Amino acid sequence: MSHPAPALHLEDVHKSFGPVHVLRGIDLSVAAHEVICLIGASGSGKSTLLKCVNVLEPVDSGRILVEGADVAARGVDVNQLRRRIGIVFQAFNLFPHMTVLRNITLAPEQALGLSRQEARRGAEELLERFGLADKSNEYPDRLSGGQQQRVAIVRALAMRPDIMLLDEVTSALDPELVAEVLDVIRELAHGGMTMLIATHEMGFARDIADRVCFLDEGVVAEQGSPDQIFTAPQHKRTQQFLQRIIDAGRL
Amino acid sequence: MSPEKEAGSAGDPSVLKNGPVDRGSRMFGGRGFLISTTSTLVFFGAIVAAVVLAPGSAIVRERFFDPTYIELALFGSETSPSVVGAFVLNIKMFVIAEILILVLALVIAVVRGIPGPAFFPFRLVAIAYTDLFRGVPLILVLYMIGFGVPGLGLKFFSSQSDVTFGVAALVLVYSAYVAEVYRAGIDSVHESQTAAARSLGLSRRQSLRFVVLPQAIRRVIPPLLNDFIGLQKDTALVSVLGSIEAARAAQIQAAEQFNYSSYVVAAALFVLMTIPLARFTDHLIERARRRRQAGAVL
Repeated sequence: MSHPAPALHLEDVHKSFGPVHVLRGIDLSVAAHEVICLIGASGSGKSTLLKCVNVLEPVDSGRILVEGADVAARGVDVNQLRRRIGIVFQAFNLFPHMTVLRNITLAPEQALGLSRQEARRGAEELLERFGLADKSNEYPDRLSGGQQQRVAIVRALAMRPDIMLLDEVTSALDPELVAEVLDVIRELAHGGMTMLIATHEMGFARDIADRVCFLDEGVVAEQGSPDQIFTAPQHKRTQQFLQRIIDAGRL
Repeated sequence: MSPEKEAGSAGDPSVLKNGPVDRGSRMFGGRGFLISTTSTLVFFGAIVAAVVLAPGSAIVRERFFDPTYIELALFGSETSPSVVGAFVLNIKMFVIAEILILVLALVIAVVRGIPGPAFFPFRLVAIAYTDLFRGVPLILVLYMIGFGVPGLGLKFFSSQSDVTFGVAALVLVYSAYVAEVYRAGIDSVHESQTAAARSLGLSRRQSLRFVVLPQAIRRVIPPLLNDFIGLQKDTALVSVLGSIEAARAAQIQAAEQFNYSSYVVAAALFVLMTIPLARFTDHLIERARRRRQAGAVL
């Protein structure tokens, strides 16, 4: 193959939780600097897919390649691998016993071996860039949901990942706090970050994605440019899903 | 001071407004304060009356609260050691035991949580340990360690003092309890915290050390201190091995003097030692509550 390996490549990925077959053969390729939005009903496997990419859940069968390397291969250091793949969760998952700054510097210090000063400098730059400089000594409980989620994004970015996985990062937020988080993601996209975004924000997906993938019953039922998916969906299930979204007034 | 006067001045709203307003008066208000004061006086009055008016009251007071013997217990004499002096041994035992327990129990709790088939024997040992030492009464462990280990005739271990064997028994038994307290704390930290730590590339050990344990330990401090209050009292049991700590010193005086005032002094000493810890526990619980509420406002 003359092309460089894709940033992320999934091949026939299957994953079950007990009797529930969540992923039923996912095929997906993400090129470097590409932004892909995963849409689909709750339970369609979006979150599971992201967790499998981050090896937080082992897959049952199929292959996940990060820059050509199989994540499940023998001898792969998952800690090393995860340092290159940032993930942001729906529920923020900040460490409540640490200040914002410490939340961000912990992993660069412990996992990358940066000195305290280096880690701190990096964190402060990022906080500055995302308008959180004055929050660095606050505890997460003292922040709004939107601020907490921005800190969680900064925390993932501090590891300088090649790929960012965003798992419905605005779903737990009050509507008026969604925009500030989406703005951060938008900035990342413009900066060329490779991202795989599970989202219910269809307007945002249309706006930001290079490609939209519709997940249905554990497979990628349809994928294409945002225009294609949102204006002329081919697959019947995609049409039904989007119709429900439109009926609910969310597009 | 008569109850009426007391209640009257407290019931005056100006006193409530201008005086240092504590939590109690804010909670009860003027009328509530009157009721609470009356109720308290009646309650304790009844208890005191029952003791004073009981048929054998005079004898009991003489046997348990005789100033001469209280003084003897406090300061000792040429022939009988003071209870207060002996109490120093209780303090030493419990401070040393506490430190060892905190460490050993944490090791047990962590070992019990290590996943993976290779660690199965270690988990097994940790489970067996907690089952065994939570199940056996402390006094039996004291006998077995205190009389069994010297009997083994080992060069180093068997020649230790009674106090050392006593502390060892306390550590063995209480570590089993405290390990379970730690484990409950570790289990109470939501797995999403571990997922977040691991997703950042931290190893399992680093996640445990920096993310899970600090939160777990913070949460279990109140129950942990509760166990330590129990430990402070149980240092008295080490006397069965022959160590003269406060309870035993009190017993010796009681036997010599035919008077139990020394027991009252010993009891008071134990209470005095546990009260600060109890208040400190309350303080920590209150602080945690305030912190949670402050967080919930936003």
